Amino acid sequence: MFMIFGIPGPLLFGQLLLGLINGAFYALLSLGLAVIFGLLNIINFAHGSLFMMGAFAAWILLEYLGIGYWPALILSPLIIGAFGLLLEKTVISRLYKLDHLYGLLLTFGLSLIIEGLFRNYYGSSGMPYQIPPALSGATDLGFMFMPNYRGWVVVVAVVVCFATWLVIEKTRLGATLRAATENAPMVQAFGVNVPRLVTLTYAAGVALAAFAGVLAAPIYSVNPNMGSNFIIVVFAVVVIGGMGSILGSILTGFMLGVVEGLTKVFYPQGSATVIFVVMVIVLLMRPAGLFGKAA
Amino acid sequence: MLEVKALNAWYGESHILHGVDFRVDEGEVVTLLGRNGAGKTTTMKSIMGLVPRRQGSVRFRDRETVGLRSDLIARQGIAFCPEERGIFASLNVTENLLLPPVITDGGLDLPTIYTLFPNLKERSASQGTKLSGGEQQMLAIARILRTGARLLLLDEPTEGLAPVIVQQIGRTIREIKARGFTVLLVEQNFRFAATVADRHYVMEHGRVIDMIPNEQLAASMDKLHEYLGV
Repeated sequence: MFMIFGIPGPLLFGQLLLGLINGAFYALLSLGLAVIFGLLNIINFAHGSLFMMGAFAAWILLEYLGIGYWPALILSPLIIGAFGLLLEKTVISRLYKLDHLYGLLLTFGLSLIIEGLFRNYYGSSGMPYQIPPALSGATDLGFMFMPNYRGWVVVVAVVVCFATWLVIEKTRLGATLRAATENAPMVQAFGVNVPRLVTLTYAAGVALAAFAGVLAAPIYSVNPNMGSNFIIVVFAVVVIGGMGSILGSILTGFMLGVVEGLTKVFYPQGSATVIFVVMVIVLLMRPAGLFGKAA
Repeated sequence: MLEVKALNAWYGESHILHGVDFRVDEGEVVTLLGRNGAGKTTTMKSIMGLVPRRQGSVRFRDRETVGLRSDLIARQGIAFCPEERGIFASLNVTENLLLPPVITDGGLDLPTIYTLFPNLKERSASQGTKLSGGEQQMLAIARILRTGARLLLLDEPTEGLAPVIVQQIGRTIREIKARGFTVLLVEQNFRFAATVADRHYVMEHGRVIDMIPNEQLAASMDKLHEYLGV
């Protein structure tokens, strides 16, 4: 067995892969948060619950309707995205003229209600969700065995993040979105239906969370707390990357996943806190975050 | 084309417009003159639906627009170029130029716009706010010429610009008038206004207090000096 820095290679690469997997979820979730925060100025605390609902939607589709993983990967984001649309239309849209704090309180309350409802019906022990047959098994990479499903998650997360970035930075729609983030009344005065843009943006951010939820279902058990386990770290990622920065949240998500994974190898006791230590250091040195613009 | 009657507007508790009346006919260039705080910019923002509260009547092509949301007003064919220009820092020049959606036929196409404003083509990949003040003003005017809007509201397009740029903007306004656009212009500088406009409305304390046709401007200098305090 070969060693790197006195650590067995397979252990190091195994943790690196785990870090990348976590990083993939951090990136997908913080990306949605960043897009929503940029345009709506709402810190969406319900994001973790919507991620969890995405996983549950996949589980329910399979359990009750026999609809498998691949259709669920599309259907679940659509269903949960539609739920997000409803949420924005009915409650969140009432908060835009108020202080940030109200958005935070409302979405936090929503997440408690949603998680409570799911705990009530499904308990908190968690339901298994099978890896789709096409992605079961593992591949020998020479230096380690990689479970195929985990490789798939990393690849698809990178692709989806890159695609989202492309849409926002390189298309007309993205330009309108960026302009509205900067000065919404002006964009509306050009004839753009900004309220509809805002609703669809929220729904898209929610769909992204649900998509991550489906990806996560076979890795973590499907349970009502799976979102809240993630969301605190994801908020740290958003803060480190810079509030509202798209590229920042993607890169920081993957980076911090890896940092967390490596800490598990070299200093396991620190793995639960390392992200917050990074956050403190970044905030001390660059208060606007790594990729944020100083306000 | 545009008929404003008894227009009132408020920002919170402050009552800014106290019954503004004027009209702009198709193909005209009309200015709103007046001192700082007379309500010129608020009048434009009220027409565009950008003030929190307004009352009275703003009819555009015989359709009432008070009560409509600003995007729906824009879609009737009115476009606004604000005093602060509203160039977006997170968009490059081309993205800024293409941002306002085309609402109807009759706007200028890109080649024509680049002929009128050659600088914009050269600097197409620059960040919008990296342009000089004059270039930003050109960009702000250029992007609303694309949309097919026939009534353009230009709020102090010459403010803070060098004389040579002011002349260029004057030429641009005469050019778009020649192309059949209708322009409502807010100006502090009536000497500039005299070179482009057909008629001038004078505003004071949130009301229109006088109307001077451009050909009578020279004869009305005393009156105008008194109104504007210059």
